[in-house]
Parts: sequence; structure tokens; C-alpha cells
Amino acid sequence: MDKLLAWVDARFPLTATYKAHLSEYFAPKNFNFWYYFGSLALLVLVIQILSGIFLTMHYKPDAELAFSSVEYIMRDVPWGWLIRYIHSTGASAFFLVVYLHMYRGLIYGSYRGPRELIWIFGVLIYLVLMGEAFFGYLLPWGQMSYWGAQVIVNLFSSVPFIGEDLSVWIRGDFVVSDATLNRFFAFHVIAFPLVLLGLVAVHLVALHEVGSNNPDGVEIKQNKDPVTHIPVDGIPFHPYYTVKDILGVVVFLIVFSAIVFFAPEMGGYFLEANNFIPADPLKTPPHIAPVWYFTPYYAVLRAIPPMFGSQFPGVAAMGVAVLIFFALPWLDKSPVKSIRYRGPKFKIALALFIVAFIGLGWLGIQPVTPLYTWMARILTAVYFGFFFLMPWYTKNDTHKPEPQRVTDK
Amino acid sequence: MKKMSFAKGLLQALLLLPLAAMASEAEVHLDRAPVNFQDNESLQRGAAVFVNYCLSCHSASAMRYSRMTDIGLTEPQIKDNLLYATDKPGNTMTIAMNKKEAKVWFGAAPPDLSVITRSRGADWVYTYLRSFYRDDSRPTGWNNTVFDKVGMPHVLHELQGQMVPVYKTETDHEGKTHRVIERLELAQPGKMTLAEYDGLVADLVNYMTWMGEPAKSKREHVGIAVLLFLGIFFVVAFYLKKEFWKDVH
Repeated sequence: MDKLLAWVDARFPLTATYKAHLSEYFAPKNFNFWYYFGSLALLVLVIQILSGIFLTMHYKPDAELAFSSVEYIMRDVPWGWLIRYIHSTGASAFFLVVYLHMYRGLIYGSYRGPRELIWIFGVLIYLVLMGEAFFGYLLPWGQMSYWGAQVIVNLFSSVPFIGEDLSVWIRGDFVVSDATLNRFFAFHVIAFPLVLLGLVAVHLVALHEVGSNNPDGVEIKQNKDPVTHIPVDGIPFHPYYTVKDILGVVVFLIVFSAIVFFAPEMGGYFLEANNFIPADPLKTPPHIAPVWYFTPYYAVLRAIPPMFGSQFPGVAAMGVAVLIFFALPWLDKSPVKSIRYRGPKFKIALALFIVAFIGLGWLGIQPVTPLYTWMARILTAVYFGFFFLMPWYTKNDTHKPEPQRVTDK
Repeated sequence: MKKMSFAKGLLQALLLLPLAAMASEAEVHLDRAPVNFQDNESLQRGAAVFVNYCLSCHSASAMRYSRMTDIGLTEPQIKDNLLYATDKPGNTMTIAMNKKEAKVWFGAAPPDLSVITRSRGADWVYTYLRSFYRDDSRPTGWNNTVFDKVGMPHVLHELQGQMVPVYKTETDHEGKTHRVIERLELAQPGKMTLAEYDGLVADLVNYMTWMGEPAKSKREHVGIAVLLFLGIFFVVAFYLKKEFWKDVH
């Protein structure tokens, strides 16, 4: 066995890779609850790819056959219902763990130097994930799939000058049709997953280059053992965090299985009732809303009134609401990273941001009323205020001194 | 949309925020469908009603006849009682009616019913099938309190009899009066009493709900086993983590 390993190591850095990323990758010893969601996001990615492969074996990307092929999977394919529910629940689970993972970054300042690139790769993953979810949602070819795609692609037609051509180019037709279904299938099963995997790889490479942040926001590499050169507050990722993450995985799977087996529709939030009606291009549903993970941005879109007879300002605001995450490392001027040592201004701003994000998410599901539109406008202002005012409220904030070493909980 | 001044809008939004959640629902009252997948006899009776009354105009093209072995029927039973002579148990529940012609007859082609309880909900279907009433202004002579101006005639009227509406006058918040249907009343009895008819619709909706997702019972059975396994796995994972982490200080 040792000989075989030596033979491989002379040709491929197997042992070196194992050491660099697992057994001698030193992570801070004070990770808490919020640090489970990175490994869980990776788990959900694998779940989605595996279940997706099996769905692809039976699904038909054809406007005439797509809807019934999904029902065929649900009824006639052995365990097809399980694979399909795993995949549909996995989509929502992916966004849930990614949102919690991003929240972790916000509270502990994980986006701050020297981890700006980890954050940027992460935001790119989030963007690609949104595209992946959007393309995948068309495939069951139900009413919500169809009209959701129609609404989102129509947003591009509001872009000045090139809008109309752009939306036709995306759809491959003047309305969402078989051509659209086929290309969305191609994007969903190969183009976007490839990009996603590449981005996840560079996200992890960048993370392991600079090392993980922690709930105290202190750099463990600044305090190394003089003899071993191992960070005093670091512990090898394997076995410590592998066994800890297994615990997180089991708890996650308990929640995930409870949904898959007992509430796969999740009250209409994971699988919408309208999507059990086959797509009908001649019949617009009275109430079109995107799936829950897009609704905060949908609410921003609807909050901005049309200007100069164009919907583009709303579309632009929605785009900025997503892209603004890229700027976060440079908007934050606080001398400390973690919320544990920040002052009240940041804490209040973050709390308002969370209220705005969840509030907009709720409003995005509701039908439009004048009252809701005004509520969405207020929350949109709060959402952008969190980012655009950050350089001021983080600079003027009071803060406690950071400790030299990581602290116990 | 009405125009509001910014200040007024802001004030209203802040004041009404807690109330907003309650404002959205104002729909027809639906009766609760007594769905029970354990009751094979009810499912079988419902299947017979479905095949006899619904399956001439509506298809259930995702549903195979042979799947009814899951509700306690044998293949010969399915073949003898529920199939047209030309069909095989492995066939799906398709119909001969032409969709284009049906659209001319009814105004809209009768929808496929494979997953209708998943889009409409069992309660809706249960209430709908018990809410037809005579309305001579409609081409079919029938209307429905749950689905106004529905294209479908009351297929089961021989069983239920003919219901007629009892009206009441209602004043809305703008002071206008409307004549609204308060309830339905039996004008001409059918072959069944109303209680018997409710039972028949309950069986039918039970069957249709089962047909919407035939794997549901199996899903829940497997789910219990999976959760039990994960429960044990949790204990193992918990102590494994504890054992490794006892030397981290």
C-alpha cells in the first residue's frame, strides 16, 4: 500500500493535496453553528447533480412531452417520485443554505481583506445559481414555469435600444416556446453546472490559500507556534471538522427528508399548485409570482415605478440589488470584522437589512396593492441604504477592541 | 392605481404593516374533503364513479388502470369492471373525445384530471362537485357557486337532484346593494339523498386525490424508515464528534 502511494505521489500530488486541504489545513477551532452551511451547500450541490442526472434519463425537453414526462417520472419510473422530490426540494434547500452562508459572511466580516476574492467568487456562485434555478424551473412546463419564464425574459425587453432583440435572442422565439425549453434545458443540465463547479473549486482554493475567518474575526495565522509553525488557534480540518460537519449533515438530512417525504410541496412554496396545470400560452394566470428565493428581488422590481414610459428603472434596480454584493468588501470601513466587536450602528443597519430582505421576500409573493407597493418602496430604500450608507456608518461607529486569540463561545 | 402622496403612503404602510398579512384572503368558503388513503373500499367506489361519469369527457392521461392494484383491486377485476373492451390494464386513462370539438361544445376543452387535485386542491373539487345549481341563463342550464359560469354541466344531477339558489341582499362598504347567493336548496330530488350524494362525491374526490399522487402512501412509509435511520445516525454522529473534540481546548 505504501509503495502504491509512493508510486502515485511521484506522479500526482495525492498525499500533498490531502494534507494541504484536509489533514494539515488548519481551521480556527471556534467555528460555531453558522459555519455548517458552507459544507452543506457543497452537499446540496452534489445531491442536485446526482438527482439531476437520473431525472435527465427520463425527462423529455419537448413542449409537447415535458409536462407528462415529469408525471411519468412521478408514477412509472421506479423511485422516480423520490428523485424528483429530492431535486425540487434540493433547489429550495440550496438557496436556504446559501442565504444562511452569506449571512454568516455578513455577521463575521468574512468578505473583508484578505478574503475579498473568496467573497467575489461566492457572489458569482450565487448569480450562477440563480440562473441555474431559473432555467430549471421552466422544465416541468407547468403554468408557473411558463409564465414565470415569460415575465423574467420580458424584463430584458425593457433594456433601452436593444431590449426587444435581446429578449428574442434569449427565447429563440417571440414567445416562450419549444425552442426556449430546449435551450433552457441545455443551460440547466450542462452549461451552468459546469460554470458552477468551476466557481466552487476556485472559491475553495481561494479559501484554503488565505485560511478561514472565524466568529471573532481575528487572523489565526498571525499567532503561530514558533516550533511547528501551526496556528495556535488552528485545528486540522480532518478529522475535527469532518466529524463535526457529519453531525451538521445528519441534522440537515433530517430536515430535508422530513420535507421530501412528508411535505414535498411545502405548502405551495417549493412546488406551486399552478405548476400542476400544463403550460398554456393562451391563458395567463391571474397571479404570477416567482419561487420564494427570488421574491425579494421581484419586490424591488415592482417597487420602482416606470419612468419615461419604461420599466427599465425597476429592472436596473433589481440588477443593482444583486450586483451590489460584489462591492461589499470595499464599502465596509470598520476596523473590526466580527459583529462581536462592532458598535450599535452596524448592528442596527444589519437588523434593518434582514427585515428588509425578508419583508421584500414576503411582499414579492403578494398581489400588488397600493399599500404593498409603498411598503416595498420603503424596504427597498432600507435594502440599498444598508449598502450605500455603509462607508459612513461603519467609519463613525464605536467598536470594542478585537482579542489577540480566538475566544470560547 | 390610485395616486398617494409619499407621506400618506409611508404613514399608511407603517400603520398597516401588521394587518397586511390578514387582508389578502376573501374567497369562497370550501368544505373539507374527507380524504383517507387507508380506506380502499372508498377509493374503489370512487374509481368506479370516476370511470363511469368523468372519463367520457375528461382524460387522466398520466394514470394507468393497472395502478389500481395499489388500492386493492386485482387485474381481472380492473379488466372486467373498469375497462372498455378495447383497453388493456397497462393503458393510461385516455379518451376518444376530440379536444377541438370539445372546445366548441363546452367553451373550453375539459381538462385532464390526472393531477387536478394537486392544482385545485381536494377541498375545492369536493365543494365544486356539490355546488351546481339551475341557471337558465347558462347554455348548459347549470351554474356553480365555486366556479361561476363554468362550461361543465352538472353530470351527476340525476344522483343529486336539482339545486336552486336562495338569495340574500348584501350591502358592500361603498353602500351598494348586491343580490348574492346565500345557500343552495334542493328543488327536485335525485336518486340519492343529499347525504348519500355527499358520500359519493367524498369517495370520488378521495380516489382523485389518490390518483394525483399514487406514490404518496409509499412515500410516507419510506419517510418514517428514513427518519428513524437518520435518528440513529444522529446519535452516532453526535458521540463521534464529542469523542474527537474532547482534546480541543
